Amino acid sequence: MITSETIAPRVAFGETLVELADRYPDLLLLDGDLANSTRADILNNARPDRFLEMGIAEQNLVGVAAGLATLGFVPWVSSFAAFIASRDLDQVRVVVAQPRLNVKLAGGYSGILTGSTGKTHQCVEDIAIFRAMPNMTVIAPADGVEVRAAMTALMEHDGPAYLRLTRDASPVITPRDRSFEIGRAYLLREGSDVTLISTGVQSVRTLEAADLLAAEGISAHVLHVPTLKPLDVDAIVAAAARTGAVVTAEDHSIIGGLGGAVAETLGEHRPTPLRRVGLRDVFGESAPNAPLLEKYGLTPRHVADAARDLLAGSRA
Amino acid sequence: MATVEVENQQLQSLRDRARDARRLIVETIFEAQAGHLGGPLSAADMLVALYFDVMRIDPQRPSWPDRDRFILSKGHSSIGLYTVLALRGFFPVAELATFDAIDSRLQGHPDMKALPGLDMSTGSLGQGLSPGVGMAIGAKRRGLDFRTYVMLGDGEIQEGQVWEAAFVAARYKLDNLVAIIDHNRLPQYSWPNAGGEGLTMHQPEIAARWQAFGWRVLEVDGHDMAAVLQTLRHAHEGAPGTPTVVIANTVKGKGVSFMENHYAWHAKPLSQEQRDAALADISAGGNS
Ligand SMILES: Cc1ncc(C[n+]2csc(CCOP(=O)(O)OP(=O)(O)O)c2C)c(N)n1
Repeated sequence: MITSETIAPRVAFGETLVELADRYPDLLLLDGDLANSTRADILNNARPDRFLEMGIAEQNLVGVAAGLATLGFVPWVSSFAAFIASRDLDQVRVVVAQPRLNVKLAGGYSGILTGSTGKTHQCVEDIAIFRAMPNMTVIAPADGVEVRAAMTALMEHDGPAYLRLTRDASPVITPRDRSFEIGRAYLLREGSDVTLISTGVQSVRTLEAADLLAAEGISAHVLHVPTLKPLDVDAIVAAAARTGAVVTAEDHSIIGGLGGAVAETLGEHRPTPLRRVGLRDVFGESAPNAPLLEKYGLTPRHVADAARDLLAGSRA
Repeated sequence: MATVEVENQQLQSLRDRARDARRLIVETIFEAQAGHLGGPLSAADMLVALYFDVMRIDPQRPSWPDRDRFILSKGHSSIGLYTVLALRGFFPVAELATFDAIDSRLQGHPDMKALPGLDMSTGSLGQGLSPGVGMAIGAKRRGLDFRTYVMLGDGEIQEGQVWEAAFVAARYKLDNLVAIIDHNRLPQYSWPNAGGEGLTMHQPEIAARWQAFGWRVLEVDGHDMAAVLQTLRHAHEGAPGTPTVVIANTVKGKGVSFMENHYAWHAKPLSQEQRDAALADISAGGNS
C-alpha cells in the first residue's frame, strides 16, 4: 500500500548507518568525496570515528575496504552507483567478489533520477553488471523503510553485496514491522489478470499502475523483488502462474536487470507472455525527474499500458 | 657465538634458501609448462629475506591475527611466493608440483581463499597497495603492531591506482606500511625505444615520485642479501607517520644467465635443455 509518508532513500541510508554503527563496533564507512550527496555525512556528523574519507579515488577506495575486511571490519563503500559499477569494477571483482570479502557497496544515485546530473552520473546497468558477478548479492530497496531493513539484514550477511540506492524522496510502501529477508520477493497486491513485477523505487510507480488498471477493471498481481540476486525463483514462477501474463518494471536497462532476470527465469521454468518496462538500451540525460520518467517510459501509465497491450496481444 | 658469526651464518642460510627457491621456481615452471620466470627470479632474494628473517610469521598459524601481512601485488610472480612459503613450511614442497593444475591451491595468481598464508588475492596489476593501506589503517584502529609489506613491480606502478593508494597512505600516516618495488626495469613488453636497447622501463625519477607523495624512500641492491636484510629489517623505522618504500634494484631473470635482462623470459615455457642449463646456472651462481 502506498502511504502518505515520504522518505529519501539516501537519508535513510545515512541515518541507518548511525544506528548500525552503534550496534556493530566493526562497521566503517569509506567515502569517495561524495558524503553530502550520498548522505553518508549523517554518519560523519554523528560518529566521525566511523567515517574514513578516501578522496576522489574510487579504485583505491574499494581496495582499502578489502584490506579492512580481512581484519574483521565491515566496511561500507559509498559512492555513486555509476562509479562503483564502472570506475572500480575490476577492484570489486578481484579483491571483493573473488575472495568473497565482507564489503558492502552502497551505490547512491542509481537509475536515471539523479538530480539533473545526466548520463555520466546516472546508472542504468549496475544491476546487470553485479548480477553477472559471481559471489555478489544485489539488493534494490523500494523505499527508505526497506533501505533500513535491507542494511540491517546485510550486517548479518557475511559476504560481498551491492545495495542500489536512489536519491530523492518517495512514498513509503514497506510495512515498518516487516523484517527483510535477503533473497525473498514480497507480494504487494493480489490480483488475477496480470502480474506486475518490479524492483527498487519503481515498485511505487508499479503499485500506482495497478490502481490505474483497477480503474479499467483489470486486476493486477504485484510482486516486489528487492533482491535481484539471489533471485526468488519460486515467487516469480508462482506469480507468473497466477495470471499467465507478466510485465516487469525497473529504473534500469531492460537488458540484464530485473526484466532480463525474470525473462531468464520464466524461459527456463515457466514460459509466460512478457513485457519489459525500463530503459530500452539507451543512456539517460539531464532533466528533472518528471520529464525523465515520461521520456524514458517509467511512469505508472507506461507500466499500465504495457500490461494492457500484453493482455490484448495474448487474447488476440 | 659472537653476533657477527650468527649474522654471517644467517646470511649464508638465506643465500642458500634463495638458491633453493630459484631452483624450485625453474623446476616448477618447467613441469607446469606455464607460468612466469623473470619476475619471480628477480624477487626471490627479497621474498626469502622477508619470510625467513624480517617478517613476524608462524607457518603453523597462517591466520595468526598478530602476524605481519604480505601482499604480492605483482601477483604474476606467484610461483616465487609459493616456493618461499613451501620452503618456510606453510605447505609441503611436493605440493609445488600441483602449480596451475586443476583443483590446485597454487593458482596461477595468488588466491587467498585457496591457500592459507596468502593475505590478499592479486593478479590484476596495480591493486595490491590499496588493501595494504586498509590493513595498515585497520592495524592502527585495532591497536595491533603488525606491519604490512606490499611488493610491486616497477612496470606495475604505471597503474593510477598505485598513486591513489600512495596518496591515501601518506594522508593516514601509515608508518606501519612498507612498499617494496622490484625495480628490474622490465615489464612484459615495455616501451619501444624507451631505453638503450629499445625495450625497457626507464624511470630515473622513481624515487622522486614516491618522495613527492610523502613517502620515505630507501634504495637497495635487491640481490645483495646483506643489504636487503639491513634495509628490510629497518624499513618500518622511518619518521613517525611516514610510510616507507624500498626501491630494490634488481635484474629480471636473476640467477639464470640467458634469462637475465631479457623481456622474453617474463613468462615462457622451458625446454628440457633450457631447464638443465638454468639449474646448472643457479647451482653455480654464488649469488651474493
Ligand atoms: C591490470 C593488468 N594489466 C596487465 C596485466 C598483464 N601483465 C602481467 S605481468 C605484466 C608486466 C609486469 O611488469 P612488472 O610490474 O615490472 O613486473 P615484473 O617485471 O617484476 O614481472 C603485465 C603487463 C595484468 N596482470 N594486470
